[in-house]
Amino acid sequence: FLHDDLKEMLDSNKDSLKLEAMKRIVAMIARGKNASDLFPAVVKNVACKNIEVKKLVYVYLVRYAEEQQDLALLSISTFQRGLKDPNQLIRASALRVLSSIRVTIIVPIMMLAIKEAASDMSPYVRKTAAHAIPKLYSLDPEQKDQLIEVIEKLLADKTTLVAGSVVMAFEEVCPERIDLIHKNYRKLCNLLIDVEEWGQVVIINMLTRYARTQFLNPNMNESLLEEGNDKTFYGSDDDEDEEEEEEKKSEAPMPKRKPYVMDPDHRLLLRNTKPLLQSRNAAVVMAVAQLYFHLAPKVEVGVIAKALVRLLRSHSEVQYVVLQNVASMTIKRRGMFEPYLKSFYIRSTDPTQIKVLKLEVLTNLANETNISTILREFQTYIKSMDKDFVAATIQAIGRCATNIGEVRDTCLNGLVQLLSNRDELVVAESVVVIKKLLQMQPEKHSDIIKHMAKLTDNIQVPMARASILWLIGEYCEHVPKIAPDVLRKMAKSFTNEEDIVKLQIINLAAKTCVYSSIGKYLNQDYKYVLNLAKYDQNYDIRDRARFIRQLIVPTEKSGALSKYAKKLFLALKPAPVLESPFKDRDHFQLGSLSHLLNAKAGGYQELPDWPEAAPDPSVRNVEVKDSVPEWTKCSSREKRKEKKVEKPFYSDSEGESGPTESADSESDSASGSEIGSGVVGSVSGTASEESEEGSESEEEEEEEEEDEKDKKMTMKKELKKPVQENPREDDMRLTLSSLFPVEPAPSPQVTPLNSFLSNSLATDLEGLSLSDAVLSPATLSPCSALKSYELLHRIRGEGLSVEYCFSRQPFSPDANMVAVQMQFTNNATSETKNLHMEEVKLQSGMRVKEFPEIELLPAGETATAVMGIDFCDSTQAANFQLCTHTRKFFVSIQPPVGELMRPVFLTENEFKKEQGERF
Amino acid sequence: MIHSLFLINHSGDIFLEKHWKSVISHSVCDYFFEAKEKAVDPEDVPPVLQTPHHYLITVHRGKLFFLSVVQTEVPPLFVIEFLHRVADTFQDYFGECSESVIKDNVVTVYELLEEMLDNGFPLATESNVLKELIRPPTILRSVVNTLTGSSNVGDTLPTGQLSTIPWRRADVKYTNNEAYFDVIEEIDAILDKSGTTVFAEIQGVIEASVRLTGMPDLTLSFMNPRLLDDVSFHPCVRFKRWESERTLSFIPPDGNFTLMNYHVSSQNPVAIPVYVKQSISFFESGPCGRLDITIGPKQTMGKTVEALMVKIHMPKAVLSANLTATQGNYTYDLPNKVLVWDIGKLNPQKLPNLKGILSLQAGAPKPEDNPSLNIDLRIQQVAISGLKVSRLEMFGEKYKPFKGVKYVTKAGKFQVRT
Repeated sequence: FLHDDLKEMLDSNKDSLKLEAMKRIVAMIARGKNASDLFPAVVKNVACKNIEVKKLVYVYLVRYAEEQQDLALLSISTFQRGLKDPNQLIRASALRVLSSIRVTIIVPIMMLAIKEAASDMSPYVRKTAAHAIPKLYSLDPEQKDQLIEVIEKLLADKTTLVAGSVVMAFEEVCPERIDLIHKNYRKLCNLLIDVEEWGQVVIINMLTRYARTQFLNPNMNESLLEEGNDKTFYGSDDDEDEEEEEEKKSEAPMPKRKPYVMDPDHRLLLRNTKPLLQSRNAAVVMAVAQLYFHLAPKVEVGVIAKALVRLLRSHSEVQYVVLQNVASMTIKRRGMFEPYLKSFYIRSTDPTQIKVLKLEVLTNLANETNISTILREFQTYIKSMDKDFVAATIQAIGRCATNIGEVRDTCLNGLVQLLSNRDELVVAESVVVIKKLLQMQPEKHSDIIKHMAKLTDNIQVPMARASILWLIGEYCEHVPKIAPDVLRKMAKSFTNEEDIVKLQIINLAAKTCVYSSIGKYLNQDYKYVLNLAKYDQNYDIRDRARFIRQLIVPTEKSGALSKYAKKLFLALKPAPVLESPFKDRDHFQLGSLSHLLNAKAGGYQELPDWPEAAPDPSVRNVEVKDSVPEWTKCSSREKRKEKKVEKPFYSDSEGESGPTESADSESDSASGSEIGSGVVGSVSGTASEESEEGSESEEEEEEEEEDEKDKKMTMKKELKKPVQENPREDDMRLTLSSLFPVEPAPSPQVTPLNSFLSNSLATDLEGLSLSDAVLSPATLSPCSALKSYELLHRIRGEGLSVEYCFSRQPFSPDANMVAVQMQFTNNATSETKNLHMEEVKLQSGMRVKEFPEIELLPAGETATAVMGIDFCDSTQAANFQLCTHTRKFFVSIQPPVGELMRPVFLTENEFKKEQGERF
Repeated sequence: MIHSLFLINHSGDIFLEKHWKSVISHSVCDYFFEAKEKAVDPEDVPPVLQTPHHYLITVHRGKLFFLSVVQTEVPPLFVIEFLHRVADTFQDYFGECSESVIKDNVVTVYELLEEMLDNGFPLATESNVLKELIRPPTILRSVVNTLTGSSNVGDTLPTGQLSTIPWRRADVKYTNNEAYFDVIEEIDAILDKSGTTVFAEIQGVIEASVRLTGMPDLTLSFMNPRLLDDVSFHPCVRFKRWESERTLSFIPPDGNFTLMNYHVSSQNPVAIPVYVKQSISFFESGPCGRLDITIGPKQTMGKTVEALMVKIHMPKAVLSANLTATQGNYTYDLPNKVLVWDIGKLNPQKLPNLKGILSLQAGAPKPEDNPSLNIDLRIQQVAISGLKVSRLEMFGEKYKPFKGVKYVTKAGKFQVRT
């Protein structure tokens, strides 16, 4: 057999041999060679201990599973086991491979695996789940509804790692379900800057579409005057007229429309995407540019020009795409790129396709003020060695001449000079362009027409010959003597001409004939041409000849029409409009493949028109349930508070009124989160503590804002001072919280030495809780100092302060609960009565055992109580109200991962045994 | 998004293919070959091609084509940028991005591609993350691996994947802590026949090479940040700090990276370091032409101009050049019609000159087009815009790093029209 040696190596016991074999097999796959006969031998090694062998087996499996479905099923159980592995990388890669195997029979297994992974502790696994969604969808579109549920769940995820991937899944599976975005809109806007580059692109493109359905056109109230000022020279005229009309229409029914006010969410999107124009990734810059182009008020769009011009320094492929988009933009918004005119100047070393695109942009940018500079540039281009480029330049000159009346004659003269150029292509292109220009004012230029008539002797390019003949025929009244001459010459060469030239010869014949009202001496040439045409191979030409004969030669039947022959043939024809091929391209979303090809690509989502009236903006309001533990406010302000809480924490809740402030807090969250994660990386143990601190500082921050609004609360000022004194620290803490919005990221450091503990500590709490029974734990008394957390600050609690710590003792009433020891201190001058808990709000599955009511806490005294909480192995917060005889405080306890553990004593042998069983 | 990737060399062989979804036959590349046939230059192959069932998006890097196949709508720049990132990664791993190197390391390449995309969507593109997953090949390591049977593949999730600073790995340790920054400026200019500047601008880049232990937080500030008109940053740079204080504050990636790109404000006039006196003319009678070029220093900020080189793309009719150079050597590459004059250091006392006869193909008409001159040069120890780094500070770590900033000015797309 062919690969016997490889099979032998795969069957051996040595990992090194297996690895060598797998490497050779993968090399075969890479070269596109068939290695499918090795399937049985390879699939056996799917559970190999050596990680590299295993990975290469995965590569092989994904490539060939589709072809060998039955055998592939043998490997499934390995992946199912892998899905339960404590190592997040193994869980994730098991899911990756499982979902990449395109075997229809395992669809239910995949579905289950995705659902489970979507609620995994590790954000990396959740990200993998998001990636798996489109895979399953393409395998079995029937699963759409279930997948949408998963997408909805993952959209609510608050980590940056997941955001990009889930939006990508959304775009592939259910881009029409725009309603799923509402609740997550503000969060996505705020997370955007920290999402990885590729995710940013996908999110920005999706949000562009979203915004087009939800907000009003920011340019709708633009006055007609402004519009007139900004009018581009050509092409867009009609456009804008239409726009104006539309505006009139829409304004007519409500003449006194309210002045346009931008939705704060619309503003949020524009503000949060703007910094990304500075990204090093061209795709991100382009995505933001198109977002601004499609969504921003006219006056603000200008900012994108600089960034796009910057991309012109990048790889030529990037230039190619960017220039196409710039070309489309310059038609609608020319002013934006005018300052950068010179950046589009062409170098002889540019590839031709780039040259042509730059030329397009330059032409679009031409106006009365800069046309002389542009024409001077064009002059140097005409001397280029690159003939295709010269031809394009001639076309561009023609377009400038039609668009800008002042330079028409200059351009025409220049082009006529080119007629004596040695290169035929240049001459031909000039002829074609001159023909178009002459159509505008033929009477002034009969000498040019005569000059061109002479060219028919030399020029061979069919398009140019056809153009000349058309010109002579069309304007035979201006050159009455030359036209018949040319016709005679052409009649001679008729049979050797190209089809387009033949058609024009017939045309010329007909027109001269009609013009001279059937001159007798013409008759021969004309009949000769028509006779030749009658027997031409091309039916188009035969048809044309027959048609013209009927029109011109009066017979009994067709007499009526021939009267009108002159009107038919020599009617005044409108001059052609030379317009950019990029006109109206922007009905495709810029930056898209469809825009580039000017054809709808599969899966392209139309960019919707702005709505007439904005849909209800409140759909984007988010009820903050348990993630923001800052409900400890006086009840008198509760109502107002409620309102405020609806807005997400990090968006600037002041809306438009406080842009500077919000900008600050954003900046900090960007910078601070970096610092924060640095800490996580090196001192993983303290990560959770810091997250706790973070949420405290959130409270403080919140309060600070409140304060600014509510000057009456003089008492609070006291608190504000220290905060202000140390802004940096405060910033940092604030941002730490944004790092761990819901749950602290699992400790990423896993060293092999203590892999048992730290693995389970970080990633697999479930595993530990299951193992309880097996381990029959002998609990130890806690030896280290306990860290206590603040539940209620004395100022907020009006004198009552509460601290809690996880006592790390078994909670006797219920073994599944974690004991939380609370310490109440009454700092007020009066006594506090009836301290108890109310209104416990929990995630499903969680349970709380309340602490016994404290009847009396005299001033200055301290009391302790113990409560039990079953966190259900999650790090969700437990929220409840802490009530005294007068007041109620909203508080929440969120456990650091480490506190959910119970110390267990194992002998070395026991440990090894456990390790062997579980890993 | 990205369905398949094919690597194609200049002679049109597909030497590597990778599919992230169902396998697509490599016959799809025929459409590309067709387009490549039509194009005169590989640069002129359209980056995006439409075929009946697929779209082909191609980038050209180091004599290789990276051809990706997509089936549905995707931003073309997304794919292009990603393909360049793939090429960058190969360069980073193997020192160069060429056919032979990729063939030699085909398994590593395959493993890399596997990690970089999942179902066609980018998964891990940060070099630091990738290097923890798949260690770059070194001779020592491959010897050790064959002896011990250990592998190049990491078995834990790279720390970068989970943190918000994916570009830096944890636990970096160096005995010598150093941070070097190169400020490189390029002058893009078009000068016309008479030497007048048609267009000139300065583009700059700061390349960094940072080898620091732990999690250093660096701040780089400039004496004259106002010069900078447009900037783009590595994701590590905190944009808001830049906006408010005009300083670069960042936790650096480990190793070499591009910290920022910038464009110098066009209000400041651009210093053009050299002037060129040239005349290239072709005679109507007789199959020859004359060439005479002299280069002299103009605004060099008191430094020497080095590595001076002139490149001229000659008209097709030029068969050979018979010239004398007072300094340096010249070569004429006949198939590509490129005349290269390598001058070296510019001596202001004795200006280099290149003079002589160009012979034309017999019978060919006199070329109407004049070739343009592309100038290459380098000036050490100066950033031509005058940009200066004033301070580099480090927070977060206790040790004292060794710091250094180097300036250099180069000619970018510097062209003299004739």
